Amino acid sequence: MCQDCGCGDPEIVPVEVHERLLSDNDRGARHNREHFAAHGVLAINLMGSPGSGKTAILEATARALGSRRRLGAVSGDLATDRDAQRLRAAGIPAATITTGSACHLDAGMVHHALDHFALDSLDIFVIENVGNLVCPAIYDLGQALNIVALSVTEGEDKPLKYPVMFRNAQAVLLTKIDLLPHLGGINLQMFNEALARVMPEPLAFPVSALTGEGMDRWLEWLEASRCANRLIA
Amino acid sequence: MHEYSIVSALLERVDAEARAHNATAVHRLILRIGDAAGVEPELLSKAYEHFRAGTICAGAELCVERVAERWICPVCGRTLERGAVLACEGCGMPARLMSGDEIILERIEMEVP
Repeated sequence: MCQDCGCGDPEIVPVEVHERLLSDNDRGARHNREHFAAHGVLAINLMGSPGSGKTAILEATARALGSRRRLGAVSGDLATDRDAQRLRAAGIPAATITTGSACHLDAGMVHHALDHFALDSLDIFVIENVGNLVCPAIYDLGQALNIVALSVTEGEDKPLKYPVMFRNAQAVLLTKIDLLPHLGGINLQMFNEALARVMPEPLAFPVSALTGEGMDRWLEWLEASRCANRLIA
Repeated sequence: MHEYSIVSALLERVDAEARAHNATAVHRLILRIGDAAGVEPELLSKAYEHFRAGTICAGAELCVERVAERWICPVCGRTLERGAVLACEGCGMPARLMSGDEIILERIEMEVP
């Protein structure tokens, strides 16, 4: 009640919050991160446009790893279970998070999906996000690494057009490089130059899931990241 | 359109604060959104208009303060030009984002009996 003039009007009180709007999601992400760390699992948030080759690169990664490292994955998809089916066919234990109309995964969805996995039996857990270069970028899922798959057919300007996702990524998989000869002068240097303007520490792995080109360097880095992550955990 | 999920997080948070303060209405919300946060203030406002009906924010104005994107060199403190390669021209160090990625609920102005 107004104490100044006795008019009886309610009082307007400013309440200072100063907190991130996604703090609930951040809490969920911290919880997931503790889960992954407790089981010594390297968690990866794999993002990229629809059709950028996220699933194909996971299939190729599983093929190349063979029985050396155990991979698990959960796929975010608006309506189907197709990606998880493909991953299971490639020998990766996989589940789907059907998001309905949601354009990104959040920490709560990932936490729920973890019920389907025995994390102790895995070395690397990949969260294949909903195909989208915008929305998934700002949601922490509890991953150790953000990786963006960018196919060379999407064009070298995509990092400049969608900087937030690339800025928050530790590495970029430049996929479908077997198609470069057909792209009329587009080359890897153009991608690297664009990435240097959106990533303070740009790191790109040009790869082809089809021919296997570039997979060795990607796998080496993945293994080094896994070891470094275990040391921190 | 993740702006919708941001607005629903906002409305939940404001509702909880309003209850904690026994507020009867909310007058104004003040957000700080960075230019490089990946959130479009216009879409956020549209989503807010859509969702606020029937909530304690039904009559509350949404104010968005923008924060400019600013990269500096962590070693020599030099500010980088907009759109530049994100490494210091002087010492080559990777640049650091100092501001511009904020998605923050600053303040709620509410009516208390």
